[in-house]
Amino acid sequence: MNALQDSLLELIRRTSTEIPDDVHQAILDSLEREKQGTIAANAMKIIEQNIALAKNKSQPICQDTGSIIFYVDCPVGFDQMNFEQAAREAVKAATKKGYLRQNSVDSITGKNDGTNVGPGAPIVHCHQHASPEVSVRLVLKGGGCENVGAQYSLPNEKLKANRDLDGCRKVILDAVLQAQGKGCGPGILGVCIGGDRATGYEYSKQQFLRKLDDTNPNPELDKLERDIVATANKLGIGPMGFGGQTTLLGAKIGVLNRLPASYFVSISYMCWAYRRQGVTLEATGKVQKWLYST
Amino acid sequence: MIDLSTPVSEAAVRALKVGDEVTISGTIFTGRDAVHKYLHEGGQLPPGVSFRGGVLYHCGPVIIKDEQGNWKCVAAGPTTSIREEPYQWQVIRDFGLRGVIGKGGMGERTVEACKHHGCVYLHAVGGAAQVLADCIKRVPNVYFMEQFGAPEAIWEFQVVSFPAVVTIDAAGNSLHKEVLAASQAELAKYV
Ligand code: SF4
Repeated sequence: MNALQDSLLELIRRTSTEIPDDVHQAILDSLEREKQGTIAANAMKIIEQNIALAKNKSQPICQDTGSIIFYVDCPVGFDQMNFEQAAREAVKAATKKGYLRQNSVDSITGKNDGTNVGPGAPIVHCHQHASPEVSVRLVLKGGGCENVGAQYSLPNEKLKANRDLDGCRKVILDAVLQAQGKGCGPGILGVCIGGDRATGYEYSKQQFLRKLDDTNPNPELDKLERDIVATANKLGIGPMGFGGQTTLLGAKIGVLNRLPASYFVSISYMCWAYRRQGVTLEATGKVQKWLYST
Repeated sequence: MIDLSTPVSEAAVRALKVGDEVTISGTIFTGRDAVHKYLHEGGQLPPGVSFRGGVLYHCGPVIIKDEQGNWKCVAAGPTTSIREEPYQWQVIRDFGLRGVIGKGGMGERTVEACKHHGCVYLHAVGGAAQVLADCIKRVPNVYFMEQFGAPEAIWEFQVVSFPAVVTIDAAGNSLHKEVLAASQAELAKYV
């Protein structure tokens, strides 16, 4: 293994075993909100114990180590093919070490070759930027929460959702209602308004790179994000759908242009086991600094 | 907190109510998509595996071999149960399960089967792979490893004080139905 592969292996290890600081804080806050002695509070306590145990043992927070999605920001001239090769090697090594479950299955034969490498796995998004810095962010996106994601095409008559922000609000809250506890809530929503069916979902996932305590630069969207969280938390769905105060830990909304004919709202649901870490890399491939955790 | 040990009697199961917190000790088996489909299509359990009076866990664990060559469970949270809805009623009926552990709840057919045959659905905390793996003290056996792969195989676990919440009881109640109805009514006030 070379330095880049080592760094990516360590990025995978920490992502799978350590919750980022901002998410951990949101979980602690929600634990305080739940009424002591309720099944919701006890579920949050188990979640909190689980976070500590995973970190101490350096073992996966959740056994579903999810889709492995790398987001790379790199300067002109960065060797992307070399990076992708290193990512595949690091994924194989992390799987052998048990940081990742053997989690990638041939869709037709159902065979699992146990490496986590295959068509579409891992996923690598490279993006060139005008800076010499190389940053790599990793999201491990679980399957249970992925299954409760939803895409709406507006207008939606049943929900009385028109092609405006109020319509967006209605369908986003409907997605929360439909998800109930099935995505291992309390959850975090990544939302994209606009785009097409593919780019909408893709951009909704990119919202998971934002920190939970950040502020949307667009004041209207910021207001909508806060409103979604506050309203969702009045619904009484609660952790695991057991009932309770905390249904969402956050909502992040991004916008893409759309065609006049289309108006998609794409919603990705992230479980409480929100695994996201990032690093910047030196030219040698060594880790320079961690982006989400100290 | 109510302690249950496997095998569980019908009376013990029928005494449980939605919202009860339980801990489970004894032998439990994992089974998820491939196992349910296989049993539904008439497949038989391998010698050494019996679900009678038992508890089935919807789980695809991460298991390694330790230095002595023993299986060791390093992560074992529940997987989404609703995928087994087409099959679960039949597995409860034909194999005599008293408990099914999973996450996310199950539908009407499973609620009916629980009521009719004396079984409960136990919701574990989704994602709590480490806390739950800690309750798995030994992994004596694995079945169907070759056929189905590690996450889908039937793993035999010896568990102590494995925590879960009764969300479907044997009287036809479902916490999932209750919370859905209440949250739907609540949302109507805000949109
Ligand atoms: S939804 Fe998340 S926490 Fe739940 S099982 Fe899947 S990855 Fe784990």
